[in-house]
Amino acid sequence: MRLGFALIAVLVLIAIPYFGAGMGLGMLFGVIIPYLALAIFILGFVVKVMGWASLPVPFRITTTTGQAKSLPWVKRDPLESPYNGWETFWRMFTEIVFFRSLFRNTKAELKEGRVVQGSTKFLWAAGLVFHYSFLVIILRHVNYFVTPTPEFVTWLQFVDGFFQIGLPILYLTDIFFVLGVGYLFLRRVGISQMRYLSLASDYFPLFLLLAIGLTGMGMRYLWKVDIVGVKELAVGLFSFNPVVPAGVGPLFFTHLFLVSFLIAYFPFSKLMHMGGAFLTPTRNMPNNTRAERHVNPWDYDVKVHTYEEYEDEFRPVMKAAGLPLDRDPDGAAKPEDANG
Amino acid sequence: MAEKLKPDALFNVDYSPPKKGWMDTTAIDFNATKGNWNFAATPESMEYLDMPNVRKWQPYEDDWKLPNDWQRILFEGFKKRLKKFRSLKVFMDICVRCGACADKCHFYIGSGDPKNMPVLRAELMRSIYRNDYTLFGKVFGKMVGGRKMTMDVLKEWFYYFYQCTECRRCSVFCPYGIDTAEITMIARELMWEIGVGIDWINTPAANCFRTGNHLGIQPHGVVDSIEFAADEVEEITGIMPEYSFNRKGAEVLFIAPSADYFASPHYYTLLGYLMLFHEIGLDYTWSTYASEGGNFGLFHSHEMMKRLNAKMYMEAERLGVKWILGGECGHMWRVIHQYMATLQKPANFLEVPKSPITGTVFEHAKSTKMVHVAEFTADLIQHNKIKLDPARNDHWVPTYHDSCNPARGMGLLEEPRQVIHACCNNFHEMPENTIREQTFCCGSGAGLGTEENLEMRMRGGLPRGSAVKYVKDKFGANILLCMCAIDKATLPAVMDFWAPGTEVGGVHEMVGNALIMTGEKHRDTDLRGEEYPIVDSQAHLAPPQEEEAVAQEDQADA
Repeated sequence: MRLGFALIAVLVLIAIPYFGAGMGLGMLFGVIIPYLALAIFILGFVVKVMGWASLPVPFRITTTTGQAKSLPWVKRDPLESPYNGWETFWRMFTEIVFFRSLFRNTKAELKEGRVVQGSTKFLWAAGLVFHYSFLVIILRHVNYFVTPTPEFVTWLQFVDGFFQIGLPILYLTDIFFVLGVGYLFLRRVGISQMRYLSLASDYFPLFLLLAIGLTGMGMRYLWKVDIVGVKELAVGLFSFNPVVPAGVGPLFFTHLFLVSFLIAYFPFSKLMHMGGAFLTPTRNMPNNTRAERHVNPWDYDVKVHTYEEYEDEFRPVMKAAGLPLDRDPDGAAKPEDANG
Repeated sequence: MAEKLKPDALFNVDYSPPKKGWMDTTAIDFNATKGNWNFAATPESMEYLDMPNVRKWQPYEDDWKLPNDWQRILFEGFKKRLKKFRSLKVFMDICVRCGACADKCHFYIGSGDPKNMPVLRAELMRSIYRNDYTLFGKVFGKMVGGRKMTMDVLKEWFYYFYQCTECRRCSVFCPYGIDTAEITMIARELMWEIGVGIDWINTPAANCFRTGNHLGIQPHGVVDSIEFAADEVEEITGIMPEYSFNRKGAEVLFIAPSADYFASPHYYTLLGYLMLFHEIGLDYTWSTYASEGGNFGLFHSHEMMKRLNAKMYMEAERLGVKWILGGECGHMWRVIHQYMATLQKPANFLEVPKSPITGTVFEHAKSTKMVHVAEFTADLIQHNKIKLDPARNDHWVPTYHDSCNPARGMGLLEEPRQVIHACCNNFHEMPENTIREQTFCCGSGAGLGTEENLEMRMRGGLPRGSAVKYVKDKFGANILLCMCAIDKATLPAVMDFWAPGTEVGGVHEMVGNALIMTGEKHRDTDLRGEEYPIVDSQAHLAPPQEEEAVAQEDQADA
């Protein structure tokens, strides 16, 4: 049901521009909605990240995944247990660029009368393939936004189409993107535990991304659109001089609308892990809490049980056990400690 | 109930989730799930700690006797904490439910209950977060995982947030480092605001507040116990170790978990401390007031953790010691390492810890001024300041269980291994995905080491038990060493269940066995009173080298 809800939502999102654009609403789908979506994305993203960043971090709860800095001869692991800002930067760098924690993934199984943990890299690999393909595809799109095409885009296009399959040349990242999203989806429906815990808001972004990818590929490989008109519109949008050329077709407006919806939805969804990954307190703080005092901004005094209260309660038994006392057995302060 | 538990039955874990969605399942039946949850806090312990909603109640009763506005109290309390903890807010927002954490939890592996997957444990809280504080959750409700806080949800919170041992294994694997321990800690402290919590956390906390230790041992009891241990050291070695209590002007204050002087097999570790400190002539004192290293406040609430932790520095300042040495314990060290400096005012009345024996300055502890005994002993060994005869541990084939908190909340991995290698010839590691930062919990931490939840403890102990069984079958391992008082208290039952015939011991028990004391009598038993297989007088002459121990281990491997 949660899967169905997400699927229907995406189908509706496809239908709206596909039929709407034909009704002379090019201005709405080609200009107004993209601008609105971009504004929501930027504002929403900034507000969300600033909101997190403005919250206090009362304690340093670093998860240590390797030997800490301690005695000089103990071989330590600066990436897994960083001691200073620089080492922490590299820990975060490897997390964000290589998905380091996910690389550790294991699979627990009951075998031969015991639990065994075998290594499994599928989720890590699929995640990496999907994210990097997506990144390359976005960068390739810069081609549509600016004239002339920047050199790095030409270079990316060359590498991406290196095998020169078909005409127009097939981009490898297009295939990888669909495979990556497809694996993430199949895993979610194919593994019973994953299906059990998945929400509509887990399926929805996958369907949306798949729809964006397929509409985009459709325009490139199957139903060619007026590429000059598309570029005219995109360059117009990015130069704040919007135009709606005739004849770019409903497929393009559908693609653009889905992208617009994705970015507008982004700040309110789990996709914000993109920003949150930088702010996670178990990874982005050094493990040096015994050396450097971390201050809690909202610290407050609490009720404690003082030694005086303790001695007052237990003085007779303490005396009998021969323990030294701060006050004499009657409870009067000893001369040298007279303070109350 | 306990009599019916059988390893074969528990091992057949069913991992298939229920047909119904996780938000639609019916309320927890506390009568049908006995063995998986803990009794409620007693009115006496709650009153002593000035807790709200003091009353007599139990989870299996229909009426939990909550305040009329309990939902509002939770709503306000949650809102307040979302503004006080960036961790909580970020962890509520960014989970993508990739499931990488799912089979990392010992309770999930052992029970197959999908709500023991860390992701769903956190979703129990996120579902309320979405409904109460986010637009999407308010509009789309269950479709996007939002639901109202009801009595049934509260019962799930109580059941599952007391089936988490805050071991943080899941946070190692999470691509965003989401830490279920943080979520569990905050869920528990929220529930305490309406007087919902378990007795095995609250009574030790109340005891600790009053008597200085979880077990509620009064000052003369602490003295008796350590005197008794010292007598035993004399019986074994012929040497009466020096010790003192509440002594002003001592150089070092030593604080160990209180179980060390009242429980077994912790007790043998205590003998090890007494022997070691006597042999090196350490000028140290015990304290009856700060007689607890552990801190059940960590399992209770941030405030309670601070209330209990305060006594360490207060006592160190009163006695005028230079620095503090801490014993073998797990969660104690998470509090000291990650929280203590922040919880308390700067300890400027102490000095940066410096070993009086080797002159080593413990720079990495220059703010808290507290050193872990494994670091202290590793330093002694590195500088050849103690004589050890590892052959005295030849009757043991040890393996080492990294305790969760020193491993994942501290990064203390090599020091205990250095000590073990120097003291034992037959050491073997468990499989690599079950040790070091990937170590498995004993299944009884975070205040869950009781009799009433024995079934869930044994289920949670399955992965650890499996790993021990592996080294037992392969290398003949017969003792599981660990550096955590909760481990020592609860792993014996786990071993009897999953890897029968394996003892549980402490690292400093091995030190005590191997330590050659100046002027000792002929040693014919270890600290447990077991006779030594070989007593080689030659071995007493030369202090053993670590390399030798490693080489011998390699030979044993081959």
